[in-house]
Parts: sequence; structure tokens; C-alpha cells
Amino acid sequence: MKKKMTTVSFNGTKEQEIALDKVIAEHKDQKGALMAILQKAQGIYGYLPIEVQQHIALAMDIPLSEVYGVASFYSQFILNPKGNHAVSVCLGTACYVKGAGLLMDKLESVLGIKNGEITADRKFSLDATRCIGACGLAPVLTVNEEVYGRLTPDMIAGIIAKYN
Amino acid sequence: MINNIADLIKIRDAYAGKIAFRQHGAEKVSDGKIEKHVLICGGTGCTSSKSVQIKEKMEAAIKAAGIEEKVQVVLTGCFGLCALGPIVIVYPEGTFYSRITLDSVDEIVNEHLVNGNPVKKYLYSETVKGDQILSLNETTFYKKQKRVALRNCGVIDPHCINEYIGTNGYLALAKVVTEMTPEDVIKEILDSGIRGRGGGGFPTGRKWQFAAAQPKGQKYVVCNGDEGDPGAFMDRSILEGDPHALIEAMAIAGYAIGANEGYVYVRAEYPIAVNRLQNAIDDARREGLLGKNILGTDFEFDMQIRLGAGAFVCGEETALLTSIEGNRGEPRPRPPFPAVKGLWGKPTIINNVETYANIPQIILKGASWFSSMGTERSKGTKVFALGGKITNTGLVEIPMGTTLREVVEEIGGGIPNGKKFKAAQTGGPSGGCIPASKYDVEIDYDNLIAQGSMMGSGGLIVMDEDTCMVDLAKFFLEFTVDESCGKCAPCRIGTVRLLEILNKITEGNGEMEDLDKLEELANYIKSASLCGLGQTAPNPVLSTLANFRDEYIAHIVDKKCPAGVCKKLFTYKIDLDKCMGCGLCAKQCPADAISRTDYVAEGHKLASMQIDSTKCVKCGACLPSCKKFQAIYKG
Amino acid sequence: MENMVNIKINDREYAVPANSTVLEAARYAGVDIPTLCYLKDINEIGACRLCLVEVKGARGLAAACVYPVNEGMEVYTNTPKIRKTRKTNLELVVSAHKKKCLTCIRSTSCELQKLCNEYGVDEDHFQGNNNAYAIDDSTPYIVRDNEKCILCRRCVAACKNMQGIGVIGANDRGFDTHIASAFEKTLDQTSCIGCGQCIVACPVGALYEKDDTAKVLAAIADPTKHVAICAAPSVRATIGECFDYEPGTDVEGKMVAAMKALGFDGVYDMNLTADLTIMEEATEFLERMKEGKNLPLITSCSPGWVKYCEHYFPEFTDNLSSCKSPQQMFGAMYKTYYAQKVGLDPKDIVFVSAIPCTAKKFEVTRDHQNAAGVCDVDVAITTRELARMIKQAGISFRALPDAKFDDPFSIGSGAGAIFGATGGVMEAALRTAAEVIEGKKLEKLEFEDVRGIQGVKKAVYKLGGKEIRVAVASGTANAKRLLNEVKAGTTKVDFIEIMACPGGCVNGGGQPTQPAVVRNNVNLRELRAKVLYTADKNLDVRKSHENSAVKKLYDEFFEKPGSHKAHEILHTSYVKRGLK
Repeated sequence: MKKKMTTVSFNGTKEQEIALDKVIAEHKDQKGALMAILQKAQGIYGYLPIEVQQHIALAMDIPLSEVYGVASFYSQFILNPKGNHAVSVCLGTACYVKGAGLLMDKLESVLGIKNGEITADRKFSLDATRCIGACGLAPVLTVNEEVYGRLTPDMIAGIIAKYN
Repeated sequence: MINNIADLIKIRDAYAGKIAFRQHGAEKVSDGKIEKHVLICGGTGCTSSKSVQIKEKMEAAIKAAGIEEKVQVVLTGCFGLCALGPIVIVYPEGTFYSRITLDSVDEIVNEHLVNGNPVKKYLYSETVKGDQILSLNETTFYKKQKRVALRNCGVIDPHCINEYIGTNGYLALAKVVTEMTPEDVIKEILDSGIRGRGGGGFPTGRKWQFAAAQPKGQKYVVCNGDEGDPGAFMDRSILEGDPHALIEAMAIAGYAIGANEGYVYVRAEYPIAVNRLQNAIDDARREGLLGKNILGTDFEFDMQIRLGAGAFVCGEETALLTSIEGNRGEPRPRPPFPAVKGLWGKPTIINNVETYANIPQIILKGASWFSSMGTERSKGTKVFALGGKITNTGLVEIPMGTTLREVVEEIGGGIPNGKKFKAAQTGGPSGGCIPASKYDVEIDYDNLIAQGSMMGSGGLIVMDEDTCMVDLAKFFLEFTVDESCGKCAPCRIGTVRLLEILNKITEGNGEMEDLDKLEELANYIKSASLCGLGQTAPNPVLSTLANFRDEYIAHIVDKKCPAGVCKKLFTYKIDLDKCMGCGLCAKQCPADAISRTDYVAEGHKLASMQIDSTKCVKCGACLPSCKKFQAIYKG
Repeated sequence: MENMVNIKINDREYAVPANSTVLEAARYAGVDIPTLCYLKDINEIGACRLCLVEVKGARGLAAACVYPVNEGMEVYTNTPKIRKTRKTNLELVVSAHKKKCLTCIRSTSCELQKLCNEYGVDEDHFQGNNNAYAIDDSTPYIVRDNEKCILCRRCVAACKNMQGIGVIGANDRGFDTHIASAFEKTLDQTSCIGCGQCIVACPVGALYEKDDTAKVLAAIADPTKHVAICAAPSVRATIGECFDYEPGTDVEGKMVAAMKALGFDGVYDMNLTADLTIMEEATEFLERMKEGKNLPLITSCSPGWVKYCEHYFPEFTDNLSSCKSPQQMFGAMYKTYYAQKVGLDPKDIVFVSAIPCTAKKFEVTRDHQNAAGVCDVDVAITTRELARMIKQAGISFRALPDAKFDDPFSIGSGAGAIFGATGGVMEAALRTAAEVIEGKKLEKLEFEDVRGIQGVKKAVYKLGGKEIRVAVASGTANAKRLLNEVKAGTTKVDFIEIMACPGGCVNGGGQPTQPAVVRNNVNLRELRAKVLYTADKNLDVRKSHENSAVKKLYDEFFEKPGSHKAHEILHTSYVKRGLK
């Protein structure tokens, strides 16, 4: 799995930086806190640009390469912001066996982007996700926090239209 | 604040009636003024289909009907029958409503709760036998189950520590810290014969024994809640439905090995589970069941949650530890085993959620009760997540030794659409498939391994004749390739080379000698990889090769995919004589590959359609549109 | 008596230390189990899986490098299954390896190549797609070719665990895992210090120095250029390894002869400017002691250390000695004093240094290293590059009669010689400082406390009634530890010697590579350092200030140590780079 390098320019705010410093301070005495800090940092910024990772590295007194090594290892850490609407198709076994692959094909054609990409207007991003555990509803996809289950490819256009 | 056992018993007694009310045949039990309990599933599956909104609407409707004094609405954990969600159960009858929508709420409240007449049309069809309405416990889905680890899921409110105590919760911990020595506890666990529910099936008591034998000092109790096996969600269900059981068990483990700190490593993809567990930890701490001087003794134990960030390999115990330590989740060589040198180099035990969920019961009911269930070398029950081509998708808990056929045909309700059982995959990407010829295998650790599969965490995916086994092996391998950490060479490079050979075969470029290479490489990866992920990654390939070699050969020699799955090996065609020329298929086609011919079949009004195979992307979208005429086929 | 256990290796019984691994134990049976990722103490990760052995009763195969022995254990290192496993392992590794073996810089010294040969590997047995990676040659010192990388992570361990730096690490996951800097930045955009320890850790040709031999050869071929070379103290102690001498063989005479055979117009001994450095640095130290300013004084002859200081401890750059390194002093002196003396235009001089170091390739590009208006040193070539040039020229190194360095720069004192080992600069400086302070000859020249291969050494000497507190650190992780103590005030010290490479220049990043089996079992640092200490002991002149050639330099040109002229030519400045 190769992380896609950041393509947007950084425009973090002072408030975000204060929030990040607060997170770092909260974890100051906790052993092995890097992942937790990265998770919260991603919550603050929406992604983990170099500026944020550098800030964390300096504050924790660890090499940037170590921070990046962790950020690039786990699939949930991202180097680019997601679209306003993050569409994720579950490709867990239960969903796959029930045709989640076809949902992905359909989404790619409806959104005009590939898995892992974001539309030019930044409205939608499309990703495959690991099993979210809603296997009873297989195949499922999520848009932001909303879960859609028992889907067939012909339902895709309707779902996307709701967010357009 | 619960300061001693007496405090605990007081709460237990106050809530026991409430819990008993929700058992089968609860008519005889009373819960004070309350006449009905409405249990709504708040597991991830049902939440995804709006069960939380249903609960809110239900409460509002109950209030509007003026019966809020008589009805208690509870959002519980998962009932297990996820395929039928959202699920609503009404006690004392145990009436089972399935696939409830917001629109049906008012009717249920008015007809059933107010007038006492269950609304048949919303009931799960299996529970309606003419005039008779069965309770959920009488359905085949539940009847054959034996719920130990899941005993509280779908019964109690996971947000309410008192309801847990009402089920004798924390009494096992109380017994341990007041009546038992650490040695006693370990002996009980050893005698119960329980083996790890997460992977290899190592005897839990032995693990504890090793860690307990280490010199006194900092030790850790870790819970592996990084349920990464796609299609398995029992750990999540327990965390969502019965979080206190885990807390109690980890405290017991802490007492047994001499540890006072615990970590629960949970997938970040499980927000509801994390939230409920955190709540439960906070409640337990507030009540004094975590922290210093637990139940008036000098035993001290506390715990915290660490979130995963999307790496399957972190389900491997040493990778999980490196991840808790804040690093790339790369496994470490064993020995030293975690029981000797684990988290931050200290003795550590790691068990998964389901294993822990059994512990309080073993302590309370005794090792012999537990070991009376199951087979010779696999004691107790096991939770399985049924998925794939099966009617009752969901979670089931069965005594070890139940046959695969019973699980699929009876509990699981068989294969939908009249299709035939082809194989079941257990153990997820680490497991293998069990073919129809072994349908009567009794499920336990050793039998599954003998079939070239494994228990794993308990995913059980059913395949019918439409599943291509080569494609399935490829699917799992793609998963492990994606999830390999990249540390050791056999797994990092070997699985990719394995996948490349499979790709070659499914694309119609395979040669017979590829089969030998697959086997050679698969066996090598198994024996040479650093961790469990790599050591089991080739299992799907090896077991499909062993059981479905013909299918591989069909791909290689005949260049055909018998199941019609491998896109390069078939085309969609239209039977011109069957086609009515309705043109529905062309509307579904995303690739503009379907056009009208000049040919009008005998007796038809419109000219037939045809598929341009050079344009066709084989998405299959046209197929359902021709359900009526069956003119489209794969060839 | 060590605690021993009895084990069987390949059916024969051995008593081995109880704390050994199977890999270590196998050596008692005369078996070298092959490894690729294992480096003792710094990279014990069990990742390459080449050292798998069969252990009776164990589940699966065991990685010998990390598997502890226990009483009664039975190990098999050479069964058909093991041989097959190793062969398949190697076949997979080469399937993901850029097989440019014929022209690879590590051909014949490649650990992978050797094993493939031994195991009769079919390099095309497994074929498949591999990721494409651009070669990173952004720095003047290190080149990384990730298409040759086998992900043993020895370089990462060297950088992070051994040196405490960590500008490289494993990025991404699974088959996409690769070694690089954060956000795939090229090395020049990081705080890499160029020590080159990653290169000498690399078992294959994925890391190598930027080869500058072409520049040197072109200069030699140019009749308008005067091309001179000087050899750093430790090169003569190691270059023999490139010509099959045992580690720790002094081949000064043959090295000089080979350099002459290559056609250099002057072949000189850098020990001379090591002495010159001592004259300047001892003077600087005494002045700073007198003024109590910018103490502790910290040596500046290791360019990797200097860059480390600039990046990681910019608050200490004022403490660095302003002295140029011996390499730079030589070039500066040569292009000023010597050029004048013999009537050469500095522009026509190409001054080459042969050094054990990759960071020196960066040092030659630094600002304020151009005393004659042109760069002091034109090209710095490592021990490995020098050996490569000698081989390419067809010179039979081993058959050469010994030769001597050219006058007038042929004399180095014993003090200059020991510069190449950790503690050497300190000892050399103490010999001179002590005599200056005390005003009389030392009875014993050896300052034993600062010798040896420990990471940090501390000592207190009483000179002229005054206590001088000294400390020596080698390896930047040790330097970091020491400087943090100094910062915190827990260590009080007046004079510090720091070398970027653990053990000093004898273990420099430009030194001959040695396979893991040698690195793990032979104390290279000690063996190589011994050459220098032996040379010191056998020399008549063992103190820098007694070196007649140095005295002549001052008499004829620099006037006296610390003079204005010396400052202009022999001293330099530093920048605060900060972390990148």
C-alpha cells in the first residue's frame, strides 16, 4: 500500500495548532502515544500533512521518519484531505461475496474517479474500507457516517444524488 | 461506589428480576410495575439501519400513548440475527420483530404494547405458525445455540453497569479477589480447558501460568480486540453488548498473573464498541470496580483503550504489542513470548475479547461446567459470524463439536435461492475452505486444522456454486498482500508472487506447472514467515488447491471459469431467440455495449439485442434486468 | 566460568554459553548460518528468514539469529528442508532485486550474490512485477538505489539505533515497504550528516558513496594539472582489506606505492596536518581556558560530527573548534604555502584526499574552505574508491614494494597517526597541551583513559596544577548522550572529542565493507585501531609539536600557532542548520 503524497497546500489555522498542542500535552506522559496523537491530529486537520507530522516529531523529540513510518503504515492515516463526502465501500469477505466489487465498479463510473481518488470539485472521495462489521447488511457502503446496506449496483446513482 | 461484596449483591438482587424478565418463558417473573420490556438491537448492523432512531420514535410513541410507566425500552447489544435487522423484541412474550422501519413503530406501539396484539406482519416469519406466535428462543436459529460468551448480548443495556451486575456480573471478580489465590484462578482456567478464541487456540490457562511464573514486577494484561478478519464481528458484538464482561475478565486475569494494568486494543472502525467500552470503563472506575482497593481488598487494577488504525497484522499478538507501543505494527520474533517479554519488555498476556468473555462464567460456574461442553480437546462454545451465501447472516454461538451442516442448514437457515452448498471458508484469510464432502465435520480446533483450515476468530463464509474458488483464493491473497507488514521476506515477496501466479491463472494464461509452483511457494511461505499472518496466508490457496484442483485445471487447460466469475474467461451473450427486445438491459449497461440487432425472433415483436464483447466490461449489470426472460447468459 | 548449556548441533554435542543464540552457538560447531538482516546488537529483527534452522520439537522453523539456546536443544542447520527453504528464500529475494550484478559496485562483495552462488539459485525462478524507485543521488556523499534494496533494514538500524539519527526509516507497508526519508524527501532535504554508516551496513549495492574517481582520473590525465593526494591516518590501516589482507594490517608502504603508480604528482601523509591541527587546536584550547570562553571546546575534525552539531545541537556550534579538519588544512596549506613555494598557480592544483569518510565529500563543498581563493580540497575519495582506482589501473597491490610519502610532507608524528581512532585526537592534543602547560617533557605519553572503543570516555588530568576535564564520544548517539549531560550540567567538562562514527575513523563510512559474518564476530574497530597505536608506539616522534615538518611550516609560513595567518588559512566557521 503506497501512500499518496499530499497534493494540497497546507493552510492550518492557529486554532488547529492550539488544539494539536493540547493533544500533545495531554499525552505527554503516556507511553507509546504517537498513534493516539496522530489519530487526534487527523481529527483536527482532516489529514496528516508534513507540517503537522513535523510539529509532532519536534514536540515528541523523535525523528520525523519515525512519525512518517507510522503514518504510512496504517491505512487509516491519510496524507490528503478526503472529499466533503467520503464514500467507502466495504470490501470485507461477506460484502465481497455478495458483490461489493460491483458496487465499487459502479461508483467508479458514477463518480468518474478510481478507488482512492477524490473528485476534481473535492465533493466526493472514494475508498475501499476493511470490514466495518455490518455483515448482516452486506454489501454495504458508507457515505460519511451514514451506512447503506443490502445494495445492488443500480442503487448507487440514487445514493450519490442525495449528496450532489 | 461499590465497596464490598455486600454492596454488589444488593445491586444484583435489585436488578436480577429485570434480567430474568428478558429470558424465555419470563411470564412468571415480574419487574415491579413494568409490564413490558422492548429490546431494540443497538449493534452496529442494526444501528446502520436506524435502530437508534427507531428507539427514539418508540419512546416518543409510548409516551404519547401514556404507557411510559409500564414499558421499558432498552437499546441492547447484538441479537445475532443481523440479516433481519433492525430487530425489536418484546418481553415477556419474546415476540420477535424483524426489519422494522420507522413507519412501523406507531403500529407496534398501539397494537401490541397498548392493545396487547402482536403485529403479525412485522414479525419474523419463522415465528408465526398459523395463529401461534413463537418466541425467538423457539426459532431454529436460536434453539441450537448455546450462548455463553454472548449470553448478555441482546439482553442487557450495555450502558448500564447495574444491569450487568444483575446477571451476576462482577461476582466472579468478587469471588476471585476474596476467596481465591492467583494459583486457584489459574488452575480453574487450566481445568476448564479453554483455548484462545482468536487464532491458534493456545490453552489460555497455560498462557496465564507462564506470565504468573515470571518474577514479580510490572506485568500487563492485554485484550486483542483488533478483529481484522473480514466478515467476523463477534468481538465487536461483545464489546458493544457486554463490555463489562471484558472488564471483569481482564481484572481477573490481572489478579491471576500479578498485573495491575490492562490495555484493550480495538479497531478504530468500531466506534460504537469503543464508545460503549469507554463508558463501561468509566462506570467501573466510578463504582470502584477498577482502580485501587477493588471490593475492599488491596487488589488494584485499571485499564485503558488503544485504538488501531487499520492494519490487519496488528491482530497478531506481537504486532499488536508493537502497535500499542506506538510503532509500525510489525511483529517480533518469538521466543521470547509475550508472557515472558511482552509490552514494553514486561510479562504480558494477550487474549481476545471472546476468550475473556468466557472467563467470569468459568469462575462462577466452575471448570467442570465449562469442560462439559464441547469435544475432547476443544471445550466450551465458539461464536461464529455467518456470512456469504447463507440465509441467516449473523452471529451464532454453538457448542464445539456441532457439525458444519447443522450450522449452515439449521441455524443458518441454509443457502438462499435454492443454490447448493459448495464450501465454507473458516478462519478468514488465514483459514481454508471446507468442501461439501466434509459437510459433516464436527467443528473444533483440531478438526478444522486437519481440513487445512483453522478456527481463527470465527468467520464462517458460505459459498454456493456461483463462487469461483480460484477467485476466492485470489481475494484472500489480495487481502494478505495488502495487509502484509513487509517486514519479513517470505511474506512480503512470497505472497505477491503467489498472487501473480493466481492472476495469471484467472486471466487464462496459466500453465499446469504453475500449480506446482503455487504449492511449492505456499508451503515455503507457511514454514518460513515471521508471524502468524505469513504462516497462514497461503492456507486459502492450499486448501482450494487440495479441494478444488479441478477448478484450477479448468482455468488453466480449458481456459474456463466454471462459476463464471473470472472476467477474462467468459463473455456475456444474449440468446437471440429468447430475447424479447425490451431493451431494459441496454439501459443498465454502463459501457454502451448493448445494441439492437435486425433479427426478430419467431413470435416476438421487437428485434433482439446483442452485446459487443469488445465494449463489455462484464459488470453484470444487465443480468438482473433480464430476470424474466433469462436471455442473457455467460459463455 | 560462564553459565553453559549442552546442546546438539547437527547431531554432535556442544557446550555453549547459556545466553547465546543458535546463530552464535552454531559457530562452536564451525557452522556459519547465513544471514542477511542480522547485525549484532543493532539489528536483531529476525526478518530476512535466511537463518532458519530446524529445532527439534519447535513449532515451525526457527530464526537462528534470535532464537535462544536451551539445555538439551537439538538443532539442525543443514537438512534438505533447510537448504530448500534458504534457496527459495534467496530466489524470492532476487525476484524483487534489480539484478545488475555484472556492473554493481558491490559485485563480489555483495552478501546476497555470495549466498545465491553458494545455494545455486536460479535467479529467474520467480518472476514478477516490482516497484520502480528513483535513485537518490541528491547529496554529494550517499547514493541510494532502492531497486536493489532487500529491506534487511541494516541501514535503518545503523542510522537510527546505532547513530541515534533516523533520517531514514521504513515507509509504507507490505510489498510497497521501502527505505526512505519522511514524505519521500531526498536525502539532501533532511538532517542527514553523511556519516555513511548506512553504506557499510548495506549487504548489497543499494547504498554506496557517490563515486568521484572519474574526477580524479580526469585530473591525472590532464597535463596542465598538478594533482596531489594525501592519505588520512586510518586509510593505511584498512585499505588492505580490499586486497584480501586480514583486517588490522598496516599497508602504508604499499598504499603509498599504489598512489604513486596511479600517477599523482605528490603523495603525502595527512598525519602531518593532523599534527598541524593539534598545534592550532591545543593553542585554541589553552586560549579558551584562559578566557573561560566557549567551553567546553569540542573538536571539529569529524565532518559528520560537525554537521550533526549544526543540525541537532546548534547551540554548541560556538563550542566547536574553529580549526579546519586535517584534510582541509592540508589542501589550504598546499594551495597557499606550497603553491607559493614551488611557484604553482592554485588554480592548476587538484588536491585530492583519501579518507575513510563519506561526510568529507560534503566538507569539501562547505563555505569558508577556500584559503587560496579556490576550494582547499578538490576531491575527497573514500578508502573504497581509492582501492577501486588501484584495481582499475591494474596495479598489483600486494606485489608492490613499499614506498614512502613524498617530501616535504612525509612526516607525521605518532600523535597524528592515532587521529584515526576514537580518543586519538584528545590524546594527541593532551600530549602537546600538557607539555606546553607543564613546560617540561611528559614521562608517559599514553593517556589510556581516553583509549578504547567505549562510546563515551571521561577523564580528569592535572596539568600545570590545574584540573582539565575531558570527554571523548564516538558515534552520534553517544555524542547526543554526552551533550545532553553537558547541557543539563550533569557532566562538567572542558574539552570534548567527538567522532561521528562509532570507534572513530577506523570505522568510518568510507571504509571497506565487511560482510555481517565478519562484523558480528570480529572486532574491526579494535583491530584497525591497533594499527594506529602500533605505528604511534614505533615512531620516534610521538608529539605534534615535535614534528619537524610542522615546525618548518610555522617557521617558513604560519609564524606561530594561532597567528593571524594561521587563522586565515587554517580556521573556518559553522552554520546553525537546525532540524529539517
